[in-house]
Amino acid sequence: MTALAAGGRSARDLAGLVFRARELSLVAALAALVLVTTVVNPNFLSGQGVEDIFLNTSILALLAVGQTMVVITRNIDLSVGSVVGLVAFATGKFLAADPDGRGIVTALVFGVAIGAACGLLNGLLVSFCRVPALVVTLGTLYVIQGVDHYVAHGQQINAVDLPPALLHLGNEGVLGVPFLPMITVAVMLAVGYYLRSYPSGREFYAIGSSPDAARLAGIPVRRRILFAYLFSGALAGLAGVLWLARFGTVIAGTARGYELLVVSAVVVGGVAIVGGVGTVYGAALGALLLTTIGSALVVLKVSSFWQQAITGALLLLAITVDRLLALRVARLLRRRNARHGG
Amino acid sequence: MEVPPTLALASVSKSFGAVRALHEVSLQLFAGEAHALAGENGAGKSTLVKILAGVHRPDGGQIVLDGEPVRWNGPADAQRAGVAVIYQEPTLFPDLSVAENIFMGRRPRLRFGRIDRRTTNAEAAKLFTRLGVTLDPGQPARGLSIADQQLVEIAKALSGDARVLIMDEPTAALSGNEVARLFSVVTALREHGCAVLFISHRLDEIFTLCQRVTILRDGAWVASEPAAALTPEDLVRRMVGRDLSTLYPRRETVPGEVALTVERLTREGVFTDVSFQVRRGEIVALAGLVGAGRTEVARAIFGIDRWDAGTVRVDGRRLPPASPSAAMAAGLALVPEDRRQQGLVMEMSIERNIGLTGLAALRRGPVISRTAERDRARDWAIRLQLKFARLTDAVNVLSGGNQQKVVLAKWLATEPAVLIVDEPTRGIDVGTKAEVHRLLSELAGRGIAILMISSDLPEVLGMADRVLVMHEGRLAAEIPREAATEESVMSAATGRTAA
Amino acid sequence: MAADLPRTVSRFLRWDVLITALLVAVFLGGAATSPDFTGAGNLSFALGDLGEIALIALAMTLLVVAAEVDLSVASVLGMSSALLGALWDAGWAIETIIPLVVAVGAVCGLVNGLLVTRLGLPSLAVTIGTLALYRGLAYVILGDRAVAEFPQQYVSLAVDTVPGTPIPYPVAIFVVLAVITGVVLHATGLGRALFAIGAQRDAAFFAGIRVNRIKLVLFVVAGTVAAFAGVVYTLRYGSARADNGLGIELAVIAAVLLGGVDFDGGKGTLAGVVAGVLLIGIVRNLLMLGDVATEIQSIVTGLLLIISVLTPRLMAVVRERRRPPRLEGTAP
Repeated sequence: MTALAAGGRSARDLAGLVFRARELSLVAALAALVLVTTVVNPNFLSGQGVEDIFLNTSILALLAVGQTMVVITRNIDLSVGSVVGLVAFATGKFLAADPDGRGIVTALVFGVAIGAACGLLNGLLVSFCRVPALVVTLGTLYVIQGVDHYVAHGQQINAVDLPPALLHLGNEGVLGVPFLPMITVAVMLAVGYYLRSYPSGREFYAIGSSPDAARLAGIPVRRRILFAYLFSGALAGLAGVLWLARFGTVIAGTARGYELLVVSAVVVGGVAIVGGVGTVYGAALGALLLTTIGSALVVLKVSSFWQQAITGALLLLAITVDRLLALRVARLLRRRNARHGG
Repeated sequence: MEVPPTLALASVSKSFGAVRALHEVSLQLFAGEAHALAGENGAGKSTLVKILAGVHRPDGGQIVLDGEPVRWNGPADAQRAGVAVIYQEPTLFPDLSVAENIFMGRRPRLRFGRIDRRTTNAEAAKLFTRLGVTLDPGQPARGLSIADQQLVEIAKALSGDARVLIMDEPTAALSGNEVARLFSVVTALREHGCAVLFISHRLDEIFTLCQRVTILRDGAWVASEPAAALTPEDLVRRMVGRDLSTLYPRRETVPGEVALTVERLTREGVFTDVSFQVRRGEIVALAGLVGAGRTEVARAIFGIDRWDAGTVRVDGRRLPPASPSAAMAAGLALVPEDRRQQGLVMEMSIERNIGLTGLAALRRGPVISRTAERDRARDWAIRLQLKFARLTDAVNVLSGGNQQKVVLAKWLATEPAVLIVDEPTRGIDVGTKAEVHRLLSELAGRGIAILMISSDLPEVLGMADRVLVMHEGRLAAEIPREAATEESVMSAATGRTAA
Repeated sequence: MAADLPRTVSRFLRWDVLITALLVAVFLGGAATSPDFTGAGNLSFALGDLGEIALIALAMTLLVVAAEVDLSVASVLGMSSALLGALWDAGWAIETIIPLVVAVGAVCGLVNGLLVTRLGLPSLAVTIGTLALYRGLAYVILGDRAVAEFPQQYVSLAVDTVPGTPIPYPVAIFVVLAVITGVVLHATGLGRALFAIGAQRDAAFFAGIRVNRIKLVLFVVAGTVAAFAGVVYTLRYGSARADNGLGIELAVIAAVLLGGVDFDGGKGTLAGVVAGVLLIGIVRNLLMLGDVATEIQSIVTGLLLIISVLTPRLMAVVRERRRPPRLEGTAP
């Protein structure tokens, strides 16, 4: 029996090691990237450069946090890019109609409400109508994109039309720390804490880990999945408002194709696409890595056309490595499990 | 009536498609009483358990809790009423820790509803101490052995202070020590006023643990009796509905040449050094506890899983590893354990299912000949006395026994030299069961080598010319027909005799 | 007899029959409301405009029936267009370029297939990755340039109609391939195997079907067809660009699912898919003739996609609700 316990303990270590390996290798890749880029061009680590990276990461990481909730339950939300575009434009239009009367809070409520409505639609279709998540959110991706274009009608939102306070939120900060990363970190910590430390948070993992067992355990599977989509949609709405705040200029089709970056960030960050595994911290780290690569390409004077190809390659690399590691761990566990002769 | 039963079923019926799983079954579980549910595979025990657990809603009849009819819309309702269930198949979350699995839905909490990890782990450790096992509560459930998974399931059921504890074959994968511990814990619970429903294939366990026995046959209630008023023979007779001896066709065997040779076959951590032969005309049973590696050996022989070492020969020809199509070409056939997932494509028609193993043979030019496909299916449907309306009907409208006949037809149509059958009569009615047994005897009589995996001891003893017993991934014993008894097989299966 | 009645009714309620009826209705409605719609010129244009989607839909049908999906097809199309443009720009002969580009598409499909079958990764995740990768490579190859001025006889092949008919050459190719695909899917052993794999992968594997090899071939076919569609697209528009065909995987998947192929695999007919393709084409064409903005078109396509997966599920739910009383009557 003591041998058994030892076997169990090392199985735990093994799993822990795999998890840490992911976060460590992300940090290592990030460090190597920063180091090489800085050697080639020391300006990379200038104050402005670093601030830009963090500002750009913020929106991506925010979306990655929402997407993590969905992916952990063994689902996917491809519509987030479209939601960001729609919300950014609609909120801009809403504010431009009365730039003096409508402030940041109204804008945030407006944007998050639109995002949550989109998320609710996705969630209802996936959880209650049991339609495959991929197909539904691919469909809503285009529907929402179409609505975005319809609302925009070829117009453009300009920074001058917006309340200065909003632009201030998007580009300034306190004590040298910009607001955007602060918002993202706050959301990330709250969600991470919830998912780790609250019973209902753990149920998201349980659902993705084994949907059948979750049903037998009496977990309200549909309600949790609905909530994951609602939350992902609401965060996409928030991200849309922040996008508007950061860039000021918005046209229809903003953030088009952004869902690819989000999914890549999440998967590169160690969230298993088959659900049950991963943290929002990993996903945010994935977002930071992808954004840093984008900035490094500019500094290294590599054509920015490489960015999308690199994103795709990283996603493939991440799922491949995960799979190989999982197979390896399974094999090791199988050997260790032989109670006799072990 | 002074105290109503804690939980009861009042003439409950349940059908799945055309299959009637339960018909007007009543059952009463009293506080402080352990109640055994006995019946053959397919008698409806698991369906009954799932109704009590709130998984299935009965088509007719009522669930009665403390004398009041209740309506459960899901497992959560049953759990809230104090019903804890240990299912036959473990239902763990592989990515969560053992302790989290145990307390999913009802873990110790701190203020603001947070989880207290330390208390959770300590509570889990306490449960394990009570069960006398050493498992690390912080370890992920992925990769636990079947026995350990079952122990976690038991701990999970015990954690909720259940008023009703339902156990569907909890001991199938456990060793003698672990079973004894479980029983002492369950007995203590019962004495504290818990109502227990217990299902096991091992009759001695029923008589050790339970005060009352309810017998089901073919989905219908047969009897509820005090355990003291029954002998094991009575019980079996009433489960089966006739004397045992009539169930198994006797036949004289003249074993021919060796058809299947397995030498030192090993899949690391699953089974080790398995060697045996099966001759033409012989039925060899592979017995052992659930999780002993029997199904895994069969899968490896047929090429479903890759083996790490050893050889498999069919008629002297060596098989390449991990290739079912090569195994089929060499004359192997495998009737798998899981009929619905592995044996049949449930929504496909009878004729297409039967044709699936002979797509090359049914070809006329580049296309499949529908006439040939239909003839093949009709031919075998008649030979196996399949009951069906149309050959174009989907197999999921057939009863379990008829589905199994379609699986057999699909494989017999390939004219195999070696037939491996894994739990050939699980979940089918008594009548069809006897037909399947007769068929297997006939096939052996015609010179096919048969390797039969079965957890049904009477079946093993009644059918086999030789019994191979596996214990924890190794062949523990080879027992000739004359020496094979319930005791000799069980003691080898639980590791009480040396290999 | 009583038991046969619902069976007969349900046969008429089969999805591919419904969709064909819908197709006819939309066609007649279009003819009644838009005078331009039934003109030979317009129909020929509508068909040609549909060519690439139709071609890829055939390969996608085989994949979805086998319970897989390839989201990277539009990116392969874009990449083959970009490669075609870049090589033409570099002065290669078009006769060399086209086979090469199609072969590169086959390699793209092979990469998808190997990742799915060798590593056991979900095709959704793999092809989202290669969706980004292949489109990214398209940009790497051609940047945001556009290459034009392809040899006239090849452009003609992509645009002209078969003499005496309003059918453009690419559509004629589609018809031939559709017949072949239909025969493969519904009459050959491979087709049987595909349905079995899609409906119950394990049962197919246990029956000796070489599941992984078949899936690998399907991905290669999808890549090849998508690259060929890229060639057609480039020549038809006379312009090679990295963003050619951006997002048409949506229309392809919508057409396949509208055609009644179950996204979970194991169910569907090629006739249904052809009807689904035509329906998508007609709707797009009518929207265009009605001068509806392109953004509305994407809303309509998205809605069609959602409806095509939602309706069968809702129908199944309704059927399940109705089942218990009926079965009690017919149980043996």
